[in-house]
Amino acid sequence: MTQTTAESPVRKQRAQLKMRTLRTDRWWLAPALVFAGLMAFLIYGFWAIFDKSYFVAPYHAPFASPCLATSCPPEARLFGLAPFGDWYTLPPGILILGLPAGFRLTCYYYRKAYYRAFWLSPPACAVGEPHKKYTGETRFPLIFQNIHRYFFYLAVVIATVLSYDAVLSFRDKDGNWGHLGLGTIILVVNAVLIWLYTLGCHSCRHITAGRLNHFSKHPLRYRAWTFVSKLNAKHQQFAWASLFSVMIADFYVRLVAKGIINFPFA
Amino acid sequence: MERHEYDVVVIGAGGAGLRAAIEARQQGKRTAIVCKSLFGKAHTVMAEGGAAAAMGNVNPNDNWMVHFRDTMRGGKFLNNWRMAELHAKDAPDRVWELEAWGALFDRTKDGKISQRNFGGHEYPRLAHVGDRTGLELIRTLQQRVVALQQEDEELHGDFEAYIKVFAECTVTRLLKDEETGAIAGAFGYRRETGDFIVFDAPAVVLATGGIGKSFVVTSNSWEYTGDGHALALLAGAKLINMEFIQFHPTGMVWPPSVRGILVTESVRGDGGVLRNSEGRRFMFDYIPDVFKDKYATTEEEGDRWYTDQANNRRPPELLPRDEVARAINSEVKAGRGSPQGGVFLDVSTRLPAEEITRRLPSMYHQFKELADVDITAEPMQVGPTCHYVMGGIEVDADTQAASVPGLFAAGEVSGGMHGSNRLGGNSLSDLLVFGRRAGAGASAYVNDLTRRPVPSGVEEAKAEALEPLERTGGENPYEVHHELQRTMNDLVGIIRKAEEMSEALQGIEKLKERAGNTASTGSRIYNPGWHLAIDLRNMLLVSECVARAALLRQESRGGHTRDDFPTMTAEWRRRLLVCSAAPDGSNVKVEEQAQPSMRGDLITLFERSELEKYLTEDELAEFDAALENAVKES
Amino acid sequence: MGYKAKFRVWRGESGEGRLEDFTVEVNEGEVVLDIIHRLQATQAPDLAVRWNCKAGKCGSCSMEINGKPRLGCMTRMSTFTEDETITVTPLRTFPVIKDLVCDVSFNYEKAREIPSFTPPADVKPGEYRMQQVDVQRSQEFRKCIECFLCQNVCHVIRDHEENKPAFAGPRFFIRIAELDMHPYDVRDRRPQAAQEEHGLGYCNITKCCTEVCPEHIKITDNAIIPMKERAVDRKYDPLVWLGSKIFKRSS
Repeated sequence: MTQTTAESPVRKQRAQLKMRTLRTDRWWLAPALVFAGLMAFLIYGFWAIFDKSYFVAPYHAPFASPCLATSCPPEARLFGLAPFGDWYTLPPGILILGLPAGFRLTCYYYRKAYYRAFWLSPPACAVGEPHKKYTGETRFPLIFQNIHRYFFYLAVVIATVLSYDAVLSFRDKDGNWGHLGLGTIILVVNAVLIWLYTLGCHSCRHITAGRLNHFSKHPLRYRAWTFVSKLNAKHQQFAWASLFSVMIADFYVRLVAKGIINFPFA
Repeated sequence: MERHEYDVVVIGAGGAGLRAAIEARQQGKRTAIVCKSLFGKAHTVMAEGGAAAAMGNVNPNDNWMVHFRDTMRGGKFLNNWRMAELHAKDAPDRVWELEAWGALFDRTKDGKISQRNFGGHEYPRLAHVGDRTGLELIRTLQQRVVALQQEDEELHGDFEAYIKVFAECTVTRLLKDEETGAIAGAFGYRRETGDFIVFDAPAVVLATGGIGKSFVVTSNSWEYTGDGHALALLAGAKLINMEFIQFHPTGMVWPPSVRGILVTESVRGDGGVLRNSEGRRFMFDYIPDVFKDKYATTEEEGDRWYTDQANNRRPPELLPRDEVARAINSEVKAGRGSPQGGVFLDVSTRLPAEEITRRLPSMYHQFKELADVDITAEPMQVGPTCHYVMGGIEVDADTQAASVPGLFAAGEVSGGMHGSNRLGGNSLSDLLVFGRRAGAGASAYVNDLTRRPVPSGVEEAKAEALEPLERTGGENPYEVHHELQRTMNDLVGIIRKAEEMSEALQGIEKLKERAGNTASTGSRIYNPGWHLAIDLRNMLLVSECVARAALLRQESRGGHTRDDFPTMTAEWRRRLLVCSAAPDGSNVKVEEQAQPSMRGDLITLFERSELEKYLTEDELAEFDAALENAVKES
Repeated sequence: MGYKAKFRVWRGESGEGRLEDFTVEVNEGEVVLDIIHRLQATQAPDLAVRWNCKAGKCGSCSMEINGKPRLGCMTRMSTFTEDETITVTPLRTFPVIKDLVCDVSFNYEKAREIPSFTPPADVKPGEYRMQQVDVQRSQEFRKCIECFLCQNVCHVIRDHEENKPAFAGPRFFIRIAELDMHPYDVRDRRPQAAQEEHGLGYCNITKCCTEVCPEHIKITDNAIIPMKERAVDRKYDPLVWLGSKIFKRSS
């Protein structure tokens, strides 16, 4: 073929604009709020791990549940068991907190939140990021974000335990059913929010039916997917709501345990 | 100068152009696609309603004969009947084939392609995807082109070995062989750089779309400057039926910046009704005699039709577009219009809000974001907008070949198929059916060639294109364009009068002089002022054809309404108006040409009582003879 | 109703240029693209801008308005105050040809790298039977108007030109998802290929693509994350991983 291709002279250059962004709105506000929110949670969590007043019948602080060591008070043990035995003397929270922490750390919503607020990658849309190089989640350690779904399975276990704790909080100090205190309500609300967050997980959505290409051949799974999709659309809201609810519930139980809160229906 | 050799050059990358290019490539021809915009941005994306094809998925009574009848009725029997026949017969295959290329139409319960009702179609017939069918079509064809390129890459190691897209490239002249007068290529410029480009090719398929940018209020984008019409005219081909321009009844009227943008007919198909400022559903007052027995006469019957189409007649909101456009025009003129000079189109009181956002998502979106109107809560304001030109290059129905050897045309730029008025949904199917035929026709033509034609006239074309840049202190092209749009809109618009059209012709004459004296500042690199100055030649040529033909046709029919000749006459149905011009664009002439009689087996698809409204006594005698023959044969 | 607005428009050729100030009339109901057109008709006839439909359906008039990637035809002037200076610049991620017009050929090259729809050989056109629920996910992605705002805003290539060869971008992740979820596509698309060959792994789901999409396609939630999950099925599921190791060895 006789073709004279006249590729235009090399003019492959972006518009030379020096400023990092031309956005005029308060784009820094959202990442700043996220940063403050997550920092508050981290600081509280660190304190809570070492705080020992995590149980007061019938309330169990979520950060220390399930309690699997003999250092726990007997009523606080899950089904009365202490599989870790005597040798374990560190705070009980350390044993289990890795599970919900891992779930949230690898959560598709929280990833967005902390990549933006902590790593500034990018801080906001169309705002330049400060890093020279970027490889995303293609290599160690961030490639481990891909194990989110296994944390999801474990998070279901934790959510079940927290629900169990919420049910137990309907008993009074002596183990009789029918108790209803402010703590009961807080634990129930927390358990519900944790479920709404956990089930709205992107991995859960994938497992129910997202992986299928023929919804019509799996009507039950499709219905489950539809339900999860609805929760998933609010994943961000539930992520924050449950983050604060678990913190509030935990703090409340500790305040009751310490005797700081002691009104009749506490 | 950049020069390329191809077997087939397709000008225009809308539905028709891409379908033609795919066909040519599938027949082994080296094919170039030349388009003014980026690949995949063609005006076809604006088509919302669907592609009409008698697949019978929703109503099994539908078949090509019913579709053919609807098309002829819609065009007031002025259609090229052979094209209407081929169109009705081929359309289902063309739609199905898209599915095999990855298109995802909305589905019926049993998993087939769903079909929706549309104005002028007897049965639900439009294959659709929500209200973005045109986008689906373009994307599917675009991805088919990419798929073919991937095949070529595997075989030849080059994506562009057999089919290449020249995006943002405008063709300004067709080149001919001096000896034979056959098409030999095309000359154009790259918009990005302003560099000139020559295509050396024995066959050119024009698929450039319409002419709407000669009007102020139009649903068409800037690309619709009648390039293909003008290129063909200058190359010696003829334009037919140019007086017929469809004004879509429902364009947005507010805010001014979006005036003319389309409100899809599906709004009415799905239950939307037209009301005037008094709240009256005025369409019941405008059912013409020829449609009296096909449309509901009471609101109750019309409303029942949406749920029970077998036992009720359809509401008059779904009359063919020309009828609805005229009705709206009359209501506004009578002072019963909406505050911004349209009428009300209301779907908010007819369907629940979720249903509206589900069925008409992009309409909801369009009104919300462009006009700040929530169509689930309040009525829209709509008015007629220049939408489609039925006229175009005169072509052979089977191969889409124009009178100049080597020249083919498909889609809106070709003429005849839709007669005096196009039915909604027939445009997308037209693109597919005749796009494919044009690609096949061009390939067959190339196969039969004994010698490659030699292009001539490159230097002249180059000089012509450079003129506006070389002048200083001339006319502002934007002003000349605006003046032309005003002239056409006001004087050759939806309702026409002899005096006004004569005035328009004088105006065009003056504008031609001014257009010949435009000057564009700046360089050749992506210079819109220069591009417009070049496009003006085409718009003026086409506008002149429209005005001259409209002045000659002394009747009202479809997309041509004369205030001074308000009725339709059977004598004029037999006469087609054909426009031609000299190679330099001068001497634009419109002449009469006889409409050939319909083939016996086609004309007998109609009832005599219906034909009596359209045909002359002579033609009715032909019908009687054909009917007798048919009886004898059976 | 009208007022004079202050505009700053980036003007220049092949990357070299600057922001130029204009004062221009604005009327009620207008959008940014109208103002650009008014500049063309009255003050700067050679001001280059791409546009077509002016109704948000073709995706041609992508630009950055006050730093935000947007369609010029879908940005109403009423969203700005009258004394605000409105800055209009070309897309940042692509090379500039002139003024607001960029060379977006990157996207067309990427489009070719995605294997096309592959139907089963034994199904003839006209025989396709698909349920609405099975096509609706892919239909969402087919709403894409190819404005390339998602490609432009994505920091993976916006801030790191060097990632361009390895990264297809959000537009093409939804294309991959569309095909992978298509009920009739028989090609083994190997979702892990999306990760390895098309750069899905580069995405850190910061969702800017979804934020700027004028068609409101849930790019991240409905396409990118499901594709990441599908890749996990094949690549990070321990059982599948073990199986693939064993079979690779035996074959």
